[in-house]
Amino acid sequence: MKKLLIILLMGVLSISVFSQEASLPKVAIKTLDGQSFSTSDIKNDGKPIIISFWALWCKPCQKELDAFNELYAEWQEETGVKIYAISIDDSRSTARVAPLVKGKGWEFEVLLDPNGDFKRAMNVNMIPHTFLLDGNGKVVSQHTAYFDGAELELYEKVKKLVSKK
Amino acid sequence: MIKKITILAIALLSSSLLSAQDIFDNARITGSFQTDVQFYRPDKAIGIYDTTILGRKVGINGYTNLTYSLGKFKAGLRYEAFMTPLSGFDPRQEGNGFPYIWASYSSDLIEITAGNFYEQFGNGLIFRTYEEWTLGYDNSMNGMRVVLYPAKGLTLKGVYGSQRFFWQKYERNSRGLVRGADAELNLNEAFTSFEGSGLRLSIGGSAVSKYQRDADPIYNLPENVGAFSGRFNLGAGNFSLMTEYAYKINDPSAANNFIYQNGQAVLSSLSYSQKGLGVVLQLKRVDNFSFKSDRTVTANALDINFLPPINRTHAYSLTAKYPYATQPNGEMGLQFQVNYKIPKGTLLGGKYGTGIALNFSQVNDIVRNQVNDTTAIMESGTLGYTSDFFKVSDHIFFRDFNIEIDKRFNSKLKGMVQYMNLLYDIATIEGHAGEEAVKAHLGVADFTYKLSSRNALRLEAQALITEQDEGDWAALMAEYTIAPKWFVAVADQYNYGNPDEDKRNHYYTVSAGYTRESTRLALTFGRQNEGVVCVGGVCRQVPASSGFTITLSTNF
Repeated sequence: MKKLLIILLMGVLSISVFSQEASLPKVAIKTLDGQSFSTSDIKNDGKPIIISFWALWCKPCQKELDAFNELYAEWQEETGVKIYAISIDDSRSTARVAPLVKGKGWEFEVLLDPNGDFKRAMNVNMIPHTFLLDGNGKVVSQHTAYFDGAELELYEKVKKLVSKK
Repeated sequence: MIKKITILAIALLSSSLLSAQDIFDNARITGSFQTDVQFYRPDKAIGIYDTTILGRKVGINGYTNLTYSLGKFKAGLRYEAFMTPLSGFDPRQEGNGFPYIWASYSSDLIEITAGNFYEQFGNGLIFRTYEEWTLGYDNSMNGMRVVLYPAKGLTLKGVYGSQRFFWQKYERNSRGLVRGADAELNLNEAFTSFEGSGLRLSIGGSAVSKYQRDADPIYNLPENVGAFSGRFNLGAGNFSLMTEYAYKINDPSAANNFIYQNGQAVLSSLSYSQKGLGVVLQLKRVDNFSFKSDRTVTANALDINFLPPINRTHAYSLTAKYPYATQPNGEMGLQFQVNYKIPKGTLLGGKYGTGIALNFSQVNDIVRNQVNDTTAIMESGTLGYTSDFFKVSDHIFFRDFNIEIDKRFNSKLKGMVQYMNLLYDIATIEGHAGEEAVKAHLGVADFTYKLSSRNALRLEAQALITEQDEGDWAALMAEYTIAPKWFVAVADQYNYGNPDEDKRNHYYTVSAGYTRESTRLALTFGRQNEGVVCVGGVCRQVPASSGFTITLSTNF
C-alpha cells in the first residue's frame, strides 16, 4: 500500500516537473500557401528542434539557412533534429517567400509570421535569431546574428542534447 | 474499498496541491531589451555643424518588453524611452513611458486581449497594426480584441479602440476610433470531405469602420467611414493563387486633398513552385486608398491599413538607396520573380549547384479623367476624378530589373553577384517636385572566404552609376568574423560622381561587435550617409550624421 502511494506520489510529482518545462507560446501563423498554422504544432517526437527567424531582406539570415540546408540531411540522420524557419516578411513580400524557398531547395519547414506575432511572443529583437529547443519543447539556447561557421557550434549543442538522453 | 478511497483522496489532494504550486512554478516572465545610443559630432565636410546638432550631442532610443504568462493567462508591457530620439526619428517620438500594456486570456474557444495589441486582417489592405522599432513606427490599437474559434477551421475576430499617435493620449474626439471584424474559414480543416479534392482553400472577409467627428467648417464629411474586403487562398498541387479585394466608401482627407471618391485596392499573386524552381507573378491596383484614423494626418502615422509595395526589398546599402513606397492615392504595379537552382553536377551547376534569382517590378500611375468639364482633377470637395480600372498611365513611378547569381566554388569560397537596372521617380516618391527621375545601373559582388571552420573574411563591392540626383557611388566593405561571437568590419561609401564637386564625400565606418547567446553589443564609428532606411514596408528619411553608435540588445 505504502509503495503504491509512493509510486503514485512520484508519478504526480514527475508530471509537475514536466509541466514546468516551458513550452512555446501558442500563436496563429501561416504556412507557405497561406493556410493557418498554430505554433503549438511545432513538434518533433521528443527530439531537438531548431527555430530560426529570418526575412527576404536579411542576407545573413539566408546565409545561415543555406548553411543549415547543406548539412540538414546529415544532421537529421545523426540526431533527428528538425528545423523550422520562420519568415517575418510582411504582406509586401510574403508572396515571394515560397518561390525563394523552393528555388533555393531548402528542405526544412518554412512558415510565415506576417505581422510579427510569433516574433514578439518569442522576444526576438533582431534577425537572424535562432532558438534551440530540447525534446520537451524547452528553449535551451538561442543566438542572434550569423557568422560563417556558427552552424557548427549550434550542431555541437544539438548533439549534446541527444547524447544526454 | 477504503484503500481505494484513500488513494483517490491522496491523488486528489496532491493534484490540488499541485495546482497551488503551479502558480509559483509555472508562471514565467520573459522579455527583451534594446538600446541604441548615438554620440554626434560636427563634421563640416558632410554639412553637419554645431548649429545642425543644436546641442543634441547624444540620442538614445531604448525599450524593455516584459511578458508574464501563467497557463491561459498572459500579461505584458513595454517601456520606451526616446531621450532624445536618434537623429532621423520623428521628433514627436521624444518621451518616455509605457505605450504598450496588455492582458489576455486564451482557451481553445476564445482569446480575449485588453489593452494594446497588434493585429492584421488578411493582407492588411483594410486593417493592420504593427510596430517597426528600427523605424520608430507603431500604430498599435488601444482597446479590446476578441478571437473566437467556434468550429474547426473557422476563426472570427473583433477589434475596437484608438490607435497610438506618438505619446498623445486619446481624449474624446482628439482622433478617430477604429472598429473591425474578420472571419476566415479554412475549408480543408472545416470539411473532411474537402480533403479528397486535392485543393487547399481558405476564404476570408473583413469589415472595418472608423469614426471621427466632423468639425470641418467647409465640408460635410462622413463621420463613419466603412471599408470592406474579401480574400481567398487557393492551392492546387504546385500552384498557389491568392487574391484580396478591398473597397472603402468616400473618405475625404488631407492625404487625398479632400475628394469624395470611393477607394479600391486589389492584390493578387499566382505562384508555382517545385524543388529547385519557384515562380511568382503579382499584380496590384490601388485607387484612393489611404485610410487613417485621423483625416488631417498625412505623415507615417495613424494608418489603419497597410498597402504593401510589391517590389524586391534590397539588402545592400546602394541597391536599397532608392526604395519604392506605395502611392496610396493611386498606382498599378506588377512583379515577376523566378528563383532557380541549376542542379549539382551539371556544366553550369558545378559541384555545388548554382542559384539564380531574377526579379522584375514596375509601378505606374492610374489614369484619372475629369468628372466634368468644369471640375479639375483632384479638386477638393468634388468626386476628384473617374478612373478606368484596367487602364494604366504612361507615368512610371518605379521600375526595377535585377538578376542575382550565387555560387559556392569550393568548401572555402562562395560568392554572389547582382546586376540591377533602376528607374525611380524621385519627384513622386520623395516629393522632390521637378527633379528628373533617377535612371541607374547597379552592380554588387559579395564573396566570403572561410579561413578556418570558424573564421571567415567577407568582401563586398557595390557600384551605382547614374546621371541624376547625387550621381555615381561606389562602396566597399571588408568584414572579418569569428563564429559565433565576434565581428569587425570597415566600410566606405564614396560619392565620387556627385555633380557638385564639394559633395564628393567618403562615408566611412568602422564597426565591431560581440554576441553571446542572444546578447549583442555592437559599436560603430563613422559617417552615416543621408538616405532612406526602409524595413518591412515603411521607409524613413535619415539625415547625414557623424559620430559613434552603440547598440545593446538582449532577451530573456
